Amino acid sequence: MVMTDPTDEGRFGEFGGRFVPETLVPACEELEEAFRDAWNDPAFVEEFHQILTDFGGRPSALTECYRLSEQLDVRVLLKREDLNHTGSHKINNVIGQALLARRMGKSRLVAETGAGQHGVATATAAALLDMECKVYMGEVDMERQELNVFRMQLLGAEVESVSSGSRTLKDAVNEALRDWVATVENTHYCLGSVMGPHPYPWMVRTFHHVIGDEAREQCLALMQRFPDVVVACVGGGSNAAGIFSGFADTDVRLVGVEPAGGAAVGRGVPGVVHGMLSYLMQDEVGQVQEAESISAGLDYPGVGPEHAYLASVGRAEYPSVTDDEVVNAFQRLARIEGIIPALESAHALAWVIREAASLRGQTVLLNLSGRGDKDVDQMMSILGPGNKR
Amino acid sequence: MNSASKIGRMERFLRDRRGNGSKLLVAYITGGYEGWEAAVETAAAAGADAIEIGIPFSDPVMDGPVIQKASQMALEAGASPASVLAAVPNLDTGVPHAVMTYYNLAHHAGHERFAATLVNSGIDAAILPDLPLVESAPWREAAAAAGIETIMLAAPTTPEDRLADLCEASKGFVYAVGLLGVTGERANLAATATEIAGRCKQVTDKPVLTGVGIGSPEQAVEACSVADGVIIGSAVVRRLLDGEGAEGVGELIASYRNALDAG
Ligand SMILES: Cc1ncc(COP(=O)(O)O)c(C=O)c1O
Repeated sequence: MVMTDPTDEGRFGEFGGRFVPETLVPACEELEEAFRDAWNDPAFVEEFHQILTDFGGRPSALTECYRLSEQLDVRVLLKREDLNHTGSHKINNVIGQALLARRMGKSRLVAETGAGQHGVATATAAALLDMECKVYMGEVDMERQELNVFRMQLLGAEVESVSSGSRTLKDAVNEALRDWVATVENTHYCLGSVMGPHPYPWMVRTFHHVIGDEAREQCLALMQRFPDVVVACVGGGSNAAGIFSGFADTDVRLVGVEPAGGAAVGRGVPGVVHGMLSYLMQDEVGQVQEAESISAGLDYPGVGPEHAYLASVGRAEYPSVTDDEVVNAFQRLARIEGIIPALESAHALAWVIREAASLRGQTVLLNLSGRGDKDVDQMMSILGPGNKR
Repeated sequence: MNSASKIGRMERFLRDRRGNGSKLLVAYITGGYEGWEAAVETAAAAGADAIEIGIPFSDPVMDGPVIQKASQMALEAGASPASVLAAVPNLDTGVPHAVMTYYNLAHHAGHERFAATLVNSGIDAAILPDLPLVESAPWREAAAAAGIETIMLAAPTTPEDRLADLCEASKGFVYAVGLLGVTGERANLAATATEIAGRCKQVTDKPVLTGVGIGSPEQAVEACSVADGVIIGSAVVRRLLDGEGAEGVGELIASYRNALDAG
């Protein structure tokens, strides 16, 4: 069985682990213990689900795409994580971690963000639970996601620009780790995906399990069976892990879609960065390479270790799509279904569109991880006003 | 051959100097940064007891702005593990050399191959700050088999039971991380600096050197009221970034040497 608990060392097969400075090892251990304890406490789990319901807007809808299905001859169902409060799946994880931080007596959250969605979600949770919040964001991303920067500031968070390295998500993680090394006594690092040192990949997947659980029930209610394929975009891999985990024990085909410029699994070279052993884009001596994607949220050279494991044992597959395919998918969903997806989520759709012929007659469940409001500005500069493309 | 239990060159050298009543001084210099070879040699001539050579890595999470900047500039100038290591045999220092880098470079090359390359380049020891004790056994074994001493870092947050294991596992010396945070000079010596050194000294008779956060000869003297020595990194590299070159580094190291010798 896949997608169960990792080993005591935090390994999924050979992947995972806890490759952090010695300073942070006790913090990871404390976090692991606190998480195990909290997740076994019905009161904690109930509060988590209560907030996701009352504040987060769960359960998220399952939407049948009638027109798209007809055009593609593939039945497409969307799991609507874009309808969550703050506009993406990220809120699930953040509510879980913020509650946990409070339970551990930590008064301050730090986070990294790429597209700004995780930063906005963290800032939101901090406002809700009256915690201090600092978000690290690459200079490049602050430029292309200006609106989210302001949203975080409105929510009371401090946004710190990161000008080292590639000035994107990878470097924001480095900076958040450096902050945590110095502030570990009162600060919780609210990591935004199924990556980093143990217990993060496992804990973050557990907080997103709700996506898969809901989708499984919704599919059964709608069709009395599972879909043939479950597909999600993969940056670090949290929205994919969440929806995959609802179907891991079935024979449903699991597909994680990477950007062509950030295909860590696609390249398949193991490496260690940000606390984990996983697949990692790196040069011939092991320097980490810079990912290059149209979507800030997928602009990451690594991937969560559990995805590396799922790929290595053949339980899930990880194709990639190009920026052009993504732009087309983004527009198509808007035009024919009335849904503007996040550029990240449009990756999953781009794969379905490309593979439509081979998927003919099948039912595909697609995790629509976020809404595209944050990307409208960027798309306008790509397409030009009037949207002629 | 049971090389793992032998005392390596770094540790023997530092034990001898400590035995002579000297406080130990280790200088860190970013390999591949313009003029780094001359800086290494002048640091040794000015009284450093060992040299830590940084092999620049793309994602130096334990480093503050100064060493980050030097690493990035070195990488942009084309530095690689091979180019840095190739220069080491030509360095005239007369003291042991450690490399300080990040684990992925060892992982990517393969433990045996990386350790062998270090040995062949005249390196005695390795410091990998993102490889904590719990993950370190496979590397330490390969390194020891090749004759490389792995210097482990003890943090202010390290619990008592692990500290004993960590000091036991560490070869060369024990690196006591002086504060909660990344490399960089600070206005004052953190209280944690003498605290962690003292805790290490209670469980090991290996040399205990305090590094991270030491920014003046006075702070070095204060740290050495407990520790056997200090590691000076950002203060050295800042001289290079400021364009003071090997000469500036030599003056700086001499000022630390004099302060430590005066006690
Ligand atoms: C809408 C959306 N989807 C997906 C991602 C990528 O994250 P993950 O791969 O962890 O789901 C992001 C990250 O910013 C996002 O904002």
